[in-house]
Amino acid sequence: MIPPDTQSKEPTEVSTSDSTEQSSAPQEEAPDISALGSPKPEGAGHNVVLKGLNAHYGQTHAVKGVDITFPAGEVTAIIGPSGCGKSTMVRCINRMHEEIPGAYAAGSVTLDELDVYAPDVDITAVRRLIGMVFQKPNPFPTMSIFDNVAAGLRLTGTRGENTRERVHKALRAVGLWGEVKNRLDKPGIGLSGGQQQRLCIARTIAVEPEVILMDEPCSALDPIATLKVEELIAELKERYTIVIVTHNMQQAGRVADSTVFMLDGEFIEHSPTTELFTKPKDERTERYVTGKFG
Amino acid sequence: MTELPHISARRRRTDKIMRGLLAGATGIALVPLILVIYYLIYKGIGQWSVKFFTTDPNGNFLGYPGGIRSAILGSIEIVALASLIAVPLGIAVALYLVEYGKKSLFANVVRYFVDVMTGVPSIVFGLFIYIVLIASHIGGNFTGWKGSLAIALVMLPIVARSAEVVLNLVPGSLREAALALGAPRWRVVTRVVLPTAAPGLLTGSLLAIARGAGETAPLLFTILGANALTLNLSQQMNALPLQIFNDITSPRNAIVARAWGAALTLVTLILILNLIARAAQRRSRMA
Repeated sequence: MIPPDTQSKEPTEVSTSDSTEQSSAPQEEAPDISALGSPKPEGAGHNVVLKGLNAHYGQTHAVKGVDITFPAGEVTAIIGPSGCGKSTMVRCINRMHEEIPGAYAAGSVTLDELDVYAPDVDITAVRRLIGMVFQKPNPFPTMSIFDNVAAGLRLTGTRGENTRERVHKALRAVGLWGEVKNRLDKPGIGLSGGQQQRLCIARTIAVEPEVILMDEPCSALDPIATLKVEELIAELKERYTIVIVTHNMQQAGRVADSTVFMLDGEFIEHSPTTELFTKPKDERTERYVTGKFG
Repeated sequence: MTELPHISARRRRTDKIMRGLLAGATGIALVPLILVIYYLIYKGIGQWSVKFFTTDPNGNFLGYPGGIRSAILGSIEIVALASLIAVPLGIAVALYLVEYGKKSLFANVVRYFVDVMTGVPSIVFGLFIYIVLIASHIGGNFTGWKGSLAIALVMLPIVARSAEVVLNLVPGSLREAALALGAPRWRVVTRVVLPTAAPGLLTGSLLAIARGAGETAPLLFTILGANALTLNLSQQMNALPLQIFNDITSPRNAIVARAWGAALTLVTLILILNLIARAAQRRSRMA
């Protein structure tokens, strides 16, 4: 389950926040995804299909007619230069795009048979099925570690006596349990950056979504925290369809089964990751992955 | 050895003069403040006694003119009711502007009128209540609750404006995190936005209360004044600013002195509120 490329990572500078994280967890704790239950049977996952997806911010046409299929049980990476519409496209999948004033989307997004943009669909229900992890760790500052993970359940009105159990499971699943089990009542923002991001992932999986969208989840993290999150992604794909936007092509290489390249709001290519990096079909993809532009 | 670049004597001199001017301006600005506080304490502290705080003005022509109990309790009650009206309403307006209205035309119009209201002289709010509720004899003549309404009108734009600033400081990423979990917007507001902004909302509200407590004009022709203690908001009541206003024009030295004692009391109460507001703000910064 460890991504293949970790040995070749550039030398790491251990930051202070990182060393505290290490000292609080002397022995490596592997994420315990099995706590979430047995993996779903093969082929029973959920495909996300985009057809003719367009997204606008007022006058700006950010995503131009994109067709992509995100296969169940796989990690799909989205790469492309800044401003190419990667994040916007991903935010259209759980309808977060339209939260921005003046923003709107057209086209179709389906989760298996469910049309995410159908007029009778409840947006909050869509977002519970399609979770999201953001670029910067954003735990709720007024809440404890426990409450942060429970927040998804409480905010959606999913109450019940098994909240405790689900919070513990989610923390185990992200490999944070050993580090925080003795301070569940302490503020979530007291954790290091990497721990905060894993806390946010725990918060996302506690509501048991089908799909997890990750919008550059490691760009605010140091290399060691990044490695932990990447290991976690590899574990999580057994249960969830994962879409990860990344600026880091090595990261796409390490975690993704297939990779999408976007440019100027347009879909250019979607190939198995190794293929996209070694023998891309499109000349623009080749120029991007070889560092000739972007 | 490297030599430091030469700085001319003229530049050094200019620097000195400008510093001196700024320090002087600060000093001048402090003079009235210090004088006010000095005079309040000098004239007021001698009035403070147990009797001063436990008796009501008695209207006697001779002897002790009475204390300010009815004024203190009346002020507290009137301002408490005004706060109960203005604080929730002001925060609700700010929530609408920040969470729902955003940049819409209606929200901008509301924002503009809140700004205009901040600049309206408080006596205008008093007059407004006088014409609408007193001249028309709705619910009695001069009553405490009408004074509360007038003060609430003074406080409302202050609460709304400060709450809007505080709510805007809540990072958008927290709202996004909650929305992305599938939370309906009202839950995002009540469970995430309001708790995060709570210390700032408290500070803004306490400052508005302090402002409301010091207002005289809205009370002049709404509660009219009374000597005896009453906590019945549907009667004429007494309040500290009104007591000061009435006492200071008296020909009797003892009554003028009572005005100073009452003024010191009012400033002390407002100071205490401000200290609480600052403490709340400091706590929020640590979080």
